[in-house]
Amino acid sequence: MNEGDIRQVTVISGKGGTGKSTIIASIAACLKDKAILADADVDAADLYLLFEPEQSEGFDFYGLRKAKINQELCTECGICLETCRFEAISKDFEVIPTRCEGCAACHHLCPISAIDMLDNVSGKYFISDTRIGKLVHAKLHPGEESSGLLVAEVRKVAKQTAENQNRDLVLIDGSPGIGCPVISSLVGVDMAIIVTEPTLSGYHDLDRILQLLEQFKIPGYIVINRYDINEEIAQKIESDFENTFPIVTKIPYNPIFVQAMIEKKSVLEVETEDKDVLLIKKMIIELSNFILKKLKLDD
Amino acid sequence: MEIAIVSGKGGTGKTSLAVSLAQTLEDVQLIDADVDEPNCSIFLDMDTEHKANAEIPVPVINYDLCTLCGICSANCEYNALMRVPDQILLFDKMCHGCGLCSKICPENAITETPRTIGKILQGEKGNLLFNYGKMDVGEELSTPIISQLKQHISKERKIVIIDAPPGSACPMVETIADVDYVIVVGEPTPFGLSDMKIVIETLRILNMKFGIVINKDGIGDKEMEQFCIDEKIPILLKIPFSLEIARNYSKGVPFVKILPEMAAKFESMLAKIKEEI
Repeated sequence: MNEGDIRQVTVISGKGGTGKSTIIASIAACLKDKAILADADVDAADLYLLFEPEQSEGFDFYGLRKAKINQELCTECGICLETCRFEAISKDFEVIPTRCEGCAACHHLCPISAIDMLDNVSGKYFISDTRIGKLVHAKLHPGEESSGLLVAEVRKVAKQTAENQNRDLVLIDGSPGIGCPVISSLVGVDMAIIVTEPTLSGYHDLDRILQLLEQFKIPGYIVINRYDINEEIAQKIESDFENTFPIVTKIPYNPIFVQAMIEKKSVLEVETEDKDVLLIKKMIIELSNFILKKLKLDD
Repeated sequence: MEIAIVSGKGGTGKTSLAVSLAQTLEDVQLIDADVDEPNCSIFLDMDTEHKANAEIPVPVINYDLCTLCGICSANCEYNALMRVPDQILLFDKMCHGCGLCSKICPENAITETPRTIGKILQGEKGNLLFNYGKMDVGEELSTPIISQLKQHISKERKIVIIDAPPGSACPMVETIADVDYVIVVGEPTPFGLSDMKIVIETLRILNMKFGIVINKDGIGDKEMEQFCIDEKIPILLKIPFSLEIARNYSKGVPFVKILPEMAAKFESMLAKIKEEI
């Protein structure tokens, strides 16, 4: 597989908690022979909980460097304090690591060169073997910057893994919001699936994430999750956005999503005779096939 | 007293709790710091007005002085500047506004100009003061907007409730800086617990005082409660799961309107928080 032939799909939501991760887990289980799964929600990565890696290879991730003041040299002149715009230097001239953005202004302006910029491991990423194939996931260290950079790294590694494994698709689980990690999860992808819910908050956040997709000219397809919680708003989502962002499927509310999570399964892997759950499984298979068809991977 | 409400996982009920508290307690300022996706205003029947732009300073190059030496672009840690044969290009969305380039330019050819990346809005109704930040779509940096929003915290209000963004990275850390107490809203599911643990790890590194509110109690398992007991973390409140609450939430009605008995529980929760502080 040539890296250039590999397709990438990101699942995003705007609002958190709409069911992004549970839905991508089922898609990944359905497409396990075709896709590599990448969990790019790096400060709340949960997919590994479902797919319980049998084996994991972990790598340190270096984010932006951080300043360190050499206390033996420091004369407490105060220039660094004045220079730092992120309030990352305390009154007793220690760098506060969770506030340091690694700009190096203090390092350049310290008159006696008492401030070094040190490499900083800001997280870890893993390539794991699971029952659905390779999973690339990461963990940002608590309170760290650089989540966008780590997302980019996870995507790069997932793409290489896809190439090695001869898979032609990378499925990327994105973060909530519209900021830096989300943009990093969207740059250059072939398609976005937006998982939304029919609530006023969901609608508002959907509107913003769709504006972002328009700016980036990424084709997006909407999944309305728990559509029966408020059919009126579900209808409004369809009528307001259908023209630019087609609605692919509407999934009803069902406790199976949480139940499956507790059993460490994706919904697709749940064995059941329950008609409602079987219907949901069918919808997920259709959604997975829709993705393949749109990306011309369905032969 | 400043209380921030955080969650780790998105959609656990931060905003519902923040709005319910703000509408029940007296003399409150509510701050919506989830500037990517601010939703508190949906639950408040309130007009808001533009109060300020959220801005970061970006460099402007004076080509009468610039010699294209490239010191600025070589030292920008964010790769926001690039020297090409006849100019210095600025990628303004990559710029964090640190000011390094203007300070190290040997020709003093760089000044700074504010670039708008979002808005800060304000409203007032009854005895509730409300502020929120809204990032412009396409911008990446929410942290400066949060920090500028927090400059609008009123010192006169008895209680300030701050609704944080999800996650445990820099925007959340900025939101909780200097608050007196943090409420972690957890959803008792495996994903909810896993994300809550990451937030708690962060809160401990930052030496914050915190307690847990379990929302949608009954939707999943008992692991979260057991975790809190084992770790001796106070459980401040449990809010039950029901489809009725979910349906009302969808229409912008916070749970306190469906479960009026929660109002009394808020009082005892606050008393508990005051004790902890």
